[in-house]
Amino acid sequence: MSVKIDETLTVECETGNYHTFCPISCISWLYQKIEDSFFLVVGTKTCGYFLQNALGVMIFAEPRYAMAELEEGDISAQLNDYEGLKKLCIRIRKDRDPSVIIWIGTCTTEIIKMDLEGIAPKLEWEIGIPIIVARANGLDYAFTQGEDTVLAAMAHRCPEPEFSVRERKETIKNLFAFHSIKKKQSIEYANHPSLVLFGSLPSNVASQLNLELKRQFIKVSGWLPAQRYTDLPSLGDGVYVCGVNPFLSRTATTLIRREKCELIGAPFPIGPDGTRAWIEKICPVFGVETHGLEEREARIWESLKDYLYLIRGKSVFFMGDNLLEVSLARFLIRCGMIVHEIGIPYIDKRYQAAELSLLQDTCIKMCVPIPRIVEKPDNSNQIRRIRELQPDLAITGMAHANPLEARGISTKWSVEFTFAQIHGFANARDVLELVTRPLRRQKNIEDLDRTTLVRKNNKF
Amino acid sequence: MKLAYWMYAGPAHIGTLRVASSFKNVHAIMHAPLGDDYFNVMRSMLERERDFTAATTSIVDRHVLAHGSQERVVDNILRKNKEERPDLVILTPTCTSSILQEDLQNFVDRASIISDSNVIFADVDHYQINEIQAADRTLEQIVRYYLDKCHKQEKLDQLLTDTPSVNIIGIFTLGFHNQHDCRELKRLLQDLDIEINQIIPEGASVEDLKNLPKAWLNLIPYREVGLMTAMYLNKEYGMPYISTAPMGAVDMSEWIRQINKKVNTLALSLSSERVDYEPYIDGQTRFVSQAAWFSRSIDCQNLMGKETVVFGDATHAASITKILAREMGIRVSCAGTYCKHDAQWFKEQIQGFCDEILITDDHAEVGDIISYVEPSAIFGTQMERHIGKRLDIPCGVISAPVHIQNFPLGYRPFLGYEGTNQIADLVYNSFALGMEDHLLDIFGGHDTKEIITKSLSMDIGLIWNPESQLELSKIPRFVREKVERNTEKFAQQKGIETITVEVMYAAKEAFNS
Repeated sequence: MSVKIDETLTVECETGNYHTFCPISCISWLYQKIEDSFFLVVGTKTCGYFLQNALGVMIFAEPRYAMAELEEGDISAQLNDYEGLKKLCIRIRKDRDPSVIIWIGTCTTEIIKMDLEGIAPKLEWEIGIPIIVARANGLDYAFTQGEDTVLAAMAHRCPEPEFSVRERKETIKNLFAFHSIKKKQSIEYANHPSLVLFGSLPSNVASQLNLELKRQFIKVSGWLPAQRYTDLPSLGDGVYVCGVNPFLSRTATTLIRREKCELIGAPFPIGPDGTRAWIEKICPVFGVETHGLEEREARIWESLKDYLYLIRGKSVFFMGDNLLEVSLARFLIRCGMIVHEIGIPYIDKRYQAAELSLLQDTCIKMCVPIPRIVEKPDNSNQIRRIRELQPDLAITGMAHANPLEARGISTKWSVEFTFAQIHGFANARDVLELVTRPLRRQKNIEDLDRTTLVRKNNKF
Repeated sequence: MKLAYWMYAGPAHIGTLRVASSFKNVHAIMHAPLGDDYFNVMRSMLERERDFTAATTSIVDRHVLAHGSQERVVDNILRKNKEERPDLVILTPTCTSSILQEDLQNFVDRASIISDSNVIFADVDHYQINEIQAADRTLEQIVRYYLDKCHKQEKLDQLLTDTPSVNIIGIFTLGFHNQHDCRELKRLLQDLDIEINQIIPEGASVEDLKNLPKAWLNLIPYREVGLMTAMYLNKEYGMPYISTAPMGAVDMSEWIRQINKKVNTLALSLSSERVDYEPYIDGQTRFVSQAAWFSRSIDCQNLMGKETVVFGDATHAASITKILAREMGIRVSCAGTYCKHDAQWFKEQIQGFCDEILITDDHAEVGDIISYVEPSAIFGTQMERHIGKRLDIPCGVISAPVHIQNFPLGYRPFLGYEGTNQIADLVYNSFALGMEDHLLDIFGGHDTKEIITKSLSMDIGLIWNPESQLELSKIPRFVREKVERNTEKFAQQKGIETITVEVMYAAKEAFNS
């Protein structure tokens, strides 16, 4: 099955037999981002085992997440879900006192049709802590899409602009210190409707992006999610929103349909080219002319020269597991790499439209064919293709990394791109630091002449 | 429904996958949603496995939820059969497929008619058993499947080998130091002139399983995995087995004597030569293993009566408890296991070697006991190591669950005579670190820290007056916590609210008497 976007860009679809992280893994970065939250994963030992092993060290740091482990009685509905969850949530309130409890629905709660959305409002009222339900399960979603389900659910909790406590406070402040603030603001920002960015980023990366827009006199009124649940931004009619990550299509849809926001479709601020294109899409919406962007981008490329030299002309194969693939591939092509294949779990062609078209433009500019994009890839087929293509680098999950290395294929663990800081001008170097690491290591050990470390009779 | 942060044993399907992927040319197909193949990551990361893990998923998604798996599972089995030609395909259920209650056995039956590979359905119930039990069961199931098949075809050759031979059952992937233990056992058996008939499941071929009954006896080094298989072989084919873990000098001797006895019994009926391993035991114990000498040395004398807590799987926790108490004179204040299903055996084993027995799979309970006992060293799993870190108590890791550092590249067996050396090092180094700390404190060291209240300490709202605080800060760090808590306990009992220097010493006297 293949869908034509236009004459050159096509998306194929395979069997969906690929390795990725379960979407419940999103709690690992979200609980750190939202400081006053508590994540309760309602699932089985399998979910718990995954979290325990995937998040390793964090388990011991007394994290603000836990499993509500379902037992046989829960599955056969001999026990009351409401009472069970109530008991656990009361204990969480006592031990941690969070501002919000986020229930993560799993495959099991889907199959037994546990009515989390129905129970939550009643329990919320009873125990006095907001409860948000996100169905981040492996039946429907892959890896980073977990964050998408959480943010989409959280969007409903954002205050409406007129009721926003914060803005009211600001008005009061403005009354008291009218002159100084008014004067300062008129210089710093253009007069434009409210802009909210969505996507969870480490706070320093978020402020880097805020600053980047501030240079263009654009004010970011808030982020979904904010550092604290109690600081969620105001959303509503007339508020403009823009995504920073490619996997947030549900959140985008929710913001448009339910919250009546205006979505700014843009490529994602990954790589200096992406960051510039992102800003260039936002500014015109508010009638602001960009300034100094070209020079800024050029300076960043200049600072990347040593890394670019290393990767120019090298080929890369994305097996696909975190939905960042199109943006990363676009950046790497601009860096001079050849991309054989972009595997990706799911592609929302509307939400990613601007990114896909930038990919296309980049390919034309760099005079390379548009790589094949494979949605729902099949890992065994991909490994066969890797064997034929012998790419210089395979970006892949940990399940395949060591076996591929043993067969002389350099690999980069894809999950690192999810956890590393890759957004904005300032972090472009970090992306290349990751991409070049296996290539630099390769250089170190190539004289040893031990690239293939499996026996001859071994099947690839 | 229960609140859980951490678990000692994983879900059932992990056990099945561990056994399946240990065999050569066996492929496991999980009936699971996307993302449940995390086992492949663990195997590739922890074992630094060079080959692709022979486990794939027949994905359960929305479509399967609505219409059932239909042809999908059968297709996936046949595809694997075509692509990799495995000897055996094991269809593995997960928690998800347990609830769906699809007739997976039916898929297996259908696939096995068309496929060249043998196909079986792993008989494990997610909600009844855990990883360890599932591994034990799956191994037995595979062995039974192949022996039954041969038996029916009347191709089973039950003739014992000419010279004494054994099967080693239960060495497998992601097992705690299993690879090293296996090498050590091989070497040991070679010394005893005993042939190794088969080692299963690690590296074994399922086609060779029919030769299992040719061995004289079965050795089960770890009782968690392999015991079911041994009992089955004993019942069906009359094969004797030894389930003692050859860990520690005393149990080593015991283990070899058991082998000696069994070999001689069989030798009698086969009218072959009788053997005597006593001189070997003597030589190894006294001169090859350093453990017996270590017990005698001054180093070990210093460890006399020191308190420890031991926690782990049944095999390792029981053996280490016995080694500490019996061979090193160390006091085991509490020994415990998370193998609740084997609690009876565990209790019998360590009866008389420790003060208290703990059977639980709740890490908080283990943490509480440790902070209550305040031992000089802990011997446990990775979880106990982290509890130890928080309480400033050294910990030696003696059992799964483990991290990547417990898959060392160097040779580190726990079994056999080399194992006794390794364990002695582990024990001594854990305590020695404690001693260094102690000396640093006595001589002023680099300890300039204020008294820090630990997160696990019991905050009971007692007031320490300035003098008593000063006094407390003068006490060496490694006992300070204990003095602090003992004093508080004492004050609480006596209904004293403000702790003075006098109270501190009254407490000390009370606890000394």
